[in-house]
Formats: sequence, structure tokens, C-alpha cells
Amino acid sequence: MTELLEPATTAPSRFDQLIRPRQVHGSLYTNPEIFTEELAKIWHTTWVFVGHDSEVGEPGDYVRKTLGTQDVIMTRDSDRQVHLLLNRCAHRGNQVCDSAKGNSKSFRCPYHGWTYRNTGELLGYPYHQGYGGKGKLDLRMASVPRVASYQGFVFGSFATDGPSLIDHLGAAAGELDRLARLSPVGKVELTAGWLKHRTQANWKLLAENETDGYHPQFVHASIFGVTGSPIGALYSEKSTAVTRNLGNGHSENDLRPEFRNYAEPMRWFGTTPERVPEYAAAMRAAYGEDAERIMIEGGPHVMIFPNLFVAEIQVFNIQPVAVDDCVQYSTAVQLTGSGELNRRMLSQSIGSVGPAGMLLADDTEMYERNQRGVAARSPEWLEVSRGTNRESVDDDGFTIGGATDEVGMRGFWSHYRALMDAS
Amino acid sequence: MISSAPPATDHPTFTRDRIEQFLYREARHADESDYDAWESLWTDDAIYWVPADDPDSDPNTTVSVIFDNRSRISTRLKQLRTGKRYAQAPASQLRRVISNVEVIGEDPATAEVEVAANFLLFESKARGSELWGGRTTYRLRAVDGEIRLAYKKVVLVGLDKPLATLGFLI
Repeated sequence: MTELLEPATTAPSRFDQLIRPRQVHGSLYTNPEIFTEELAKIWHTTWVFVGHDSEVGEPGDYVRKTLGTQDVIMTRDSDRQVHLLLNRCAHRGNQVCDSAKGNSKSFRCPYHGWTYRNTGELLGYPYHQGYGGKGKLDLRMASVPRVASYQGFVFGSFATDGPSLIDHLGAAAGELDRLARLSPVGKVELTAGWLKHRTQANWKLLAENETDGYHPQFVHASIFGVTGSPIGALYSEKSTAVTRNLGNGHSENDLRPEFRNYAEPMRWFGTTPERVPEYAAAMRAAYGEDAERIMIEGGPHVMIFPNLFVAEIQVFNIQPVAVDDCVQYSTAVQLTGSGELNRRMLSQSIGSVGPAGMLLADDTEMYERNQRGVAARSPEWLEVSRGTNRESVDDDGFTIGGATDEVGMRGFWSHYRALMDAS
Repeated sequence: MISSAPPATDHPTFTRDRIEQFLYREARHADESDYDAWESLWTDDAIYWVPADDPDSDPNTTVSVIFDNRSRISTRLKQLRTGKRYAQAPASQLRRVISNVEVIGEDPATAEVEVAANFLLFESKARGSELWGGRTTYRLRAVDGEIRLAYKKVVLVGLDKPLATLGFLI
């Protein structure tokens, strides 16, 4: 009976049994109970990317968003503060707002006419005598308790306390800074609207794939081949690019070593300063000597746990629907003060992402086939071991591997396990 | 500009019968993933557009599901022909019905007519089946006595909702 005296902490947790250093269990993608637990412990707890403050540029602007499985309204009030309101009337639970976006200081529930300020505050209810007069009810539209933004990227957390957004982002914040620095005024806008791509796969297959440098040469060979794209070579065994575990579940494919070798400004976007002369001039005026380096190194390729992916010129917002269903929202990065580059980034994004995108539709096909594949009973485990034999620690203390190594996935799972094991 | 004058159904190229036959042929080539035949229908300056979210959006400032000029139509078809465009390899099984064909107007300056029609499209794929519907606006041009497709805009029903992968020719 001595085993009963063992301290409980030495027993492996449930998720320790499903997540090994080099393997993860297939049920993590298929078990509806685990999905329900993820909603509670990840989507409705940690910082989740919702949208960008440029989508509600003016006071009164609002736009409907999804946070996990929740329908939220992102609003900007008259003090320019951004709020995330849960789209539910405090009276009978009716959906308050049915427009996708607009501008209004208040919302009126169509059911019994209750009105709310765009901060969620209850303004009034018809036939107030039934409640003993005006202003008698201590009710409001609920809001996501913590809302914070970084470089305009708005995140919400349903946890009333916990790590701050800046603590959660950690080293990934620097990648959003790097994106903003591509603008001559240091600002990003996400104002081109969002493609919405329904994906019948578990959301984690997407999160894992975003910094998987192993698949592009295979999944995307068809488009690289017909366009003569040099992107494939960035993810070859000979590439000097590195995959980096940024901590807190975030990871990146750092392509800068490749671009530094070429030392050609704007190569990262497949163009030259001569072809975007106004942009190049604005960058040189804004950043002086640094401009060449910024234009050589290009944009980040970073997955921010659990749902924000920045792929150089595109931003993705992943939201779960069910254990085998999610939505990818994607848009083009627009850099403030960069008109001619923005038009090109938009055009290239339309060709690449969304339901008909020449890149992302193929990724999505793989996610959906992957979901069907993991339904097979054996082998029960998926490998995340690639590159464990050659990973190392960089000067900043981050684990890095080769361009095609699964370093990012291992970082993802390590953070996932910590969140799921938290009581 | 396109005038709303009575449609030129007595035009030697744009009889109503020839217009409808052209729309049905274009639909059949798309349904059968006959990429060469489908590509041969387009003019050299063609636009193939599937708006996202808002049918009246400006494709130069707003994302679209598809906004292809002639060069990008060609790239899209080249990718499909590789047989490794996995979103469409194997190709979807497709059949669509086109109806409510209306000749909207004609533009004598460009020798084009604008035609609109509704469609219902059934897609079967390993993922499952999808029913797609919408209204298409075509601009047809007379080129050496033949009808060619200069512009095709497909406004999907439910374009504001999340869409499944649309790897085929719509």
C-alpha cells in the first residue's frame, strides 16, 4: 500500500499521458470532451486575438467578431476606448446586434427594445413602470473582462486576472514590432476585410502547421512550380532559415538569415525598391540607415498562441467551432503610408489565401485530410520529433532548429499542456 | 457604358439562343474541369471575380475570394493542370444548373453585352457535399463573330458566411 503514500504531484497528469516530448496522442484532435476543456482552459481563459483596432477607427464604429465560440461586438466608444461586448441582451438573452459592422453609439435589442451604450451600459427599457421606474436595474451587456492591444492587434481574455497581454506575448511582441516597422510611420492597418474559410479540422492542426517549414515543398509544389516562386527554397534542407520556439506556445520561421545572405531590399516580397519607389523613398526618409536592413529582412512569419498567425503580408485569425471544425479568417496586411505596396500586398493575398487561394486552399485540404486520417485507430500517436537531434539554444536563450524542423510544434504543445493541466 | 436599351437579341452574334448556348457551354467546361476548353472562352483582358462579404465591395481595396485578371486565370489553370493542386486533386464532381438568364444591356463601344443568370451548383468531394448558389454577371464580347467571355462576376448566396474550400471553377 505504499504507493498510496506517494505525493499526488508525482503522478503523471492526464495531459502528460497524451503529450510526450516527441509525440502527441491522436485523441487530442478528435475527442469532443478535450475540445470542451480547451474552450474553458484556453479559448475562454488565455489572451485570444480578436481583431485590429483599425477595424473600428472612429468613435461609434463597431464590428462583429468571434472569440472562441462567443459572438462578440468590438466597439470604439466616444473616449476612443475599444470594448468587446458579448452579443446578448441582459433581459431575455436575445442577440442584440445583427449587423456585421456599422457605426452607432448604442445598440437596441429588437425583442423588447432595451438599449445599451456601446460600452455595454444599460441606457433604458420601454414601459419602465413595470420595473418601478427608470434606472432601477443593475444590468448591462457583458463585456470580455480584459481587452488589450499591441501594435493595434486587439486581444481579449475572459479571465479576470492572469498574465498581462505583454507577458503573454513575450518575445512574440517583437515580431509584431517588426511587422509595424515595415510601415514608414510604424503602423499596421487591417482594413481590407476578412476572408472566412470554413475548415473541417481541429484548430490545432492549423496552429501546428503555421510554422511547419517541412510541408511547403510538398503541399505547395504546384504553385511554386508554375510561378517560379523562390519561397520553396526558403524551406529546404539547405536553407539557413531557422525555426524558433519563442515561448508561451509562440513560434516563428525566421527567414532573415536567407534574406541577409541575398542582401537585396524587398526581395522578401519578390520585388525591388525601383518597382515600389514611393514606398522605398518613404522608408529611407523615415528610418535613414536602418531602412535598407528593414527592407532586406522583411516581415515576420510568426504563430502567436493560440490563434494569430502573421505570414509576412497576411494575417490569420483562427477560431474554433467544434472538435473537427474551425474558421480561418484571413486578410492582407496594410502598412500605413504605403499605398503602392498595399495594393500589391492585397492583390497577392487575394491570390494566395481564403477558400480559393492558390496556397491556403491546399493547406486547408491537408487539414481536412489530416482530420480524416487521425480518425484511424492506429498508430495512436503523431510525431513531433523532427529536428530533436539538431536543435540548439540561440544567443537569446530560445530553442531553434532548422528551417524544416518541428521546433515550433514542440513549443506549442509544451504551452498547451501547461494550460490544460492548470486547475 | 452599358445601356438599358432593349437588348440586341437580333445582333448576329448575340442572339438569345447563342448567348444561352455560350453560358451552358462555359458551365459544362467548368463542371467537367476541362481547363483548356474553359480557358479558350476568355478574352485576353478578362476579369474573373468572386467578391467576399459584400457584392459591391471594391476589389482594389477589399479582399475577394477570387479576383483574377487574365494572367492570374492562366496561373490558376496551370496550377490545376499540375494534378497536385490538392484542393482540387482529385477534382470535385460538379453539376450546375443555370437559369433566369437576363440580357441586361449592351455596349456598342466595346461590342459587349451584359448578361446575368442564377445558378445552383452541386459539389461532391471527399470532405462531403456542398450546395453552392448565386447570381453571375457575364460580359460577353463578339470577337470575329464568336462569343468570348470578358468578365464574370459570381455573387454567392451566403458570401458573408464562412465558405468551404472553393477549388473548382465557379
